[in-house]
Amino acid sequence: MRRFALFAPLLAFALIGAVFAIGLTRDPARIPSALIDRPLPDFALPPIEGRTEGLSSEDLKGEVSLLNVFGSWCASCLIEHPTLMEIARSGDVAVYGLNWKDRPGDGAAWLARHGDPYARIGDDPRGHVVVALGVTGAPETFVIDKEGRVRYKHVGPITPEVWRRTLAPLIEELKRT
Amino acid sequence: MIPEIGHFALALAFAAALAQGPALYAAARADDERLAAFGRRCAYLALGAVGLAFASLAAAYVASDFSVLNVYENSHSQKPLIYKFTGTWGNHEGSMLLWALILALYGGALARQARAIPADLHRLALGTQGLIAAAFLAFMLFTSNPFERLLPAPPDGADLNPLLQDIGLALHPPFLYLGYVGFSVPFSFAVAALIRGRADSVWARLVRPWALAAWSFLTVGIALGSWWAYYELGWGGWWAWDPVENASFMPWLAGTALIHSIRVVERRDALKGWATLLAIAAFSLSLIGTFLVRSGVLTSIHAFAVDPERGVFILAILFAAVGGSLTVYALRAGSLAPTGAFAPASRETALIANNVLLAAACATVFIGTFYPLFVDVATGERISVGPPYFNMVFTPIAALAMALAAAGALMAWKRADLRALARRLAPAGAAALVAALIVAVVAEREKAAGAGWVALCVWLAGGALADLAGRVKLFGAAPGAAARRLAGLPRAAVGAALAHFGLAVFALGAAGVGLWRTEEVRLMKEGDAAHVAGYAVMLASVENTTGPNYLAERARFEARKGARETTLISERRYYPVRGMQTTEAGIRSQGGGDLYVSLGENATGEGWAVRLYFNPFVGCLWWGAGLAALGGALALSDRGRAPARAARGAAASPRAAAAEAPA
Repeated sequence: MRRFALFAPLLAFALIGAVFAIGLTRDPARIPSALIDRPLPDFALPPIEGRTEGLSSEDLKGEVSLLNVFGSWCASCLIEHPTLMEIARSGDVAVYGLNWKDRPGDGAAWLARHGDPYARIGDDPRGHVVVALGVTGAPETFVIDKEGRVRYKHVGPITPEVWRRTLAPLIEELKRT
Repeated sequence: MIPEIGHFALALAFAAALAQGPALYAAARADDERLAAFGRRCAYLALGAVGLAFASLAAAYVASDFSVLNVYENSHSQKPLIYKFTGTWGNHEGSMLLWALILALYGGALARQARAIPADLHRLALGTQGLIAAAFLAFMLFTSNPFERLLPAPPDGADLNPLLQDIGLALHPPFLYLGYVGFSVPFSFAVAALIRGRADSVWARLVRPWALAAWSFLTVGIALGSWWAYYELGWGGWWAWDPVENASFMPWLAGTALIHSIRVVERRDALKGWATLLAIAAFSLSLIGTFLVRSGVLTSIHAFAVDPERGVFILAILFAAVGGSLTVYALRAGSLAPTGAFAPASRETALIANNVLLAAACATVFIGTFYPLFVDVATGERISVGPPYFNMVFTPIAALAMALAAAGALMAWKRADLRALARRLAPAGAAALVAALIVAVVAEREKAAGAGWVALCVWLAGGALADLAGRVKLFGAAPGAAARRLAGLPRAAVGAALAHFGLAVFALGAAGVGLWRTEEVRLMKEGDAAHVAGYAVMLASVENTTGPNYLAERARFEARKGARETTLISERRYYPVRGMQTTEAGIRSQGGGDLYVSLGENATGEGWAVRLYFNPFVGCLWWGAGLAALGGALALSDRGRAPARAARGAAASPRAAAAEAPA
């Protein structure tokens, strides 16, 4: 009995190690979204300073599109920005922006400095639409299908890897259907 | 050229460490002194090479050599020089290099102890150190090379995360790693003792200074991190039970249990299997902490280098180190039989109770930290465990351990005289009662909990003072004689009393902030005043300023309470290169606590969001931790009693071990 007890720490560690190993395959940023496969909430947002067109939920119907939540105050947005620019340049999918909690002019100045990948941008200074979308932080990106339904939500910056492995294949598939 | 030298040095260190482990294990098996000398030289070579690698990276940082990818990603030419240097370890690759450097330092220090330690024990322990060093150097070379080039070199760097451009956080990792990595030495000693099937009082006396050094460093490291979070993050708190904070706290709890149980091995030749298990646990939890931070299995404010491939590598190290050592434990711990018998009322029984409580406390933190991961793996649901769980489960266990610590420290080994104990503790008990009554009358809120906590703190502090007073016979002789006796006391005893006193001071700080903090969040314009804890705080002015690499809004607050007046400055800084904002809180310590203001955004143009706090006793947190660490350092310098059985004929000298541990 005593000899067996000496193995208890090893067995406990084996269990913990197994959980660690499985945990490594999970994405910690994944937060299940209640909106998946549901239509976008209706909204109509004004444009940001320096633009004439705002963004409404109607704009996101008819074509597969990306809806990206960003803000000039958000450091991770700057990290994903080159990738977004690349996606916009490729023309594979329309990229729409939600400018979240920015002071008037800040979002426009930020885009003037780093480049503007967005087809249309809605200004959401108080975060009403962002809350309705269940956004937990910026950046966050939704994949919207032709019917205007949310099909996927990516939390955190889009890296080239995320684009290549997850978003691009999904968008290709949605375009075909 | 310098980065290439660094990279080469790293590879050289890896080769040396790779040879060190097998050579020393073989030397222990064949009792071959020449092979052992070769193994020791490998440890010195690894130290020199890692030192060179570290110096190369630091040189690239100081010279702002942006052709090195790591420097480009984490530095900037406009950054103040001190943060260019400390930026060396403000990133994943550099901090792993610091880790490797500290591991090599401990390895070199251990290698120098060859004559003070029985030969087979020394060889097995240093060999184990070599295996650990080889694993981490391989990790660096294959997944985290800090010397990768970026050609052509960009004109300027992407800057260090501004939150890390701070002296508190510059010092936090070195101390934390001196603690984490320091536990590798007791770990190696434990593995060595298990392999040779013998752990005795000589072994315990040899391990103790290393364990105490690691524990003291870890105490300082955690306190620095907490202090930084308090003044830099602008949320007014000091501990959030964040997974990565817990990751540093678990080895601390295991290490605390270790430094207590190792005394039982030393004095009573018992609890050996348990002590080796704790030594394994303390370092294993350090490794798990590293895994946690580097792999991204749990999201945390600290996870700054999330990369699954690195996670897999560290998990492999974890499996090898923890799985391997626990296998040795399972097979060999049965041979570590105790010789002494225990009386129910004795120092050793109290220490066992202390160990049970500390292990339970460590388990609660472990469960709370990893429960979300277990739930995710089992059901796919995402949940989080917050401070309420920890406050509810951890706090009572900690309180019980503290209550016991006062009494346990005064008990004699073998058989304690309970009546004498009660007599010596009576003043502490009386003081605790009086303190509780005062709190119950004076406090405006949280009377019951506050009275309990303050009584507990006074009880523990009183117990530590009673311990010293009894030892110097304060009330039985001339004061001069008592002072002379104090100077002549064993430093282990003084250190223990000091550490317990520090814990009491710390707990008072935790109770003060936890129970009596007052908080006020308001929109304020210039000229507006807010009230917190009897202070009238006016926002006098907000102006724009520029620093070396940031722009800032600097707010001046004028606080007034009665006749006392003071000015506080809080800044919101914007670091354009990273596009990040930070807060510099304005803090004024007075009236037994901190007045704390933190300037927020002026998002709507209708005023700045300002957070005001009064944190009673908050300074006790850092002073208490400092006293505890000082107590550990003092105990570490104690040479202990003359060895029962001289090791290898020569005088075993733990003092030398203490002096040569990297300080």
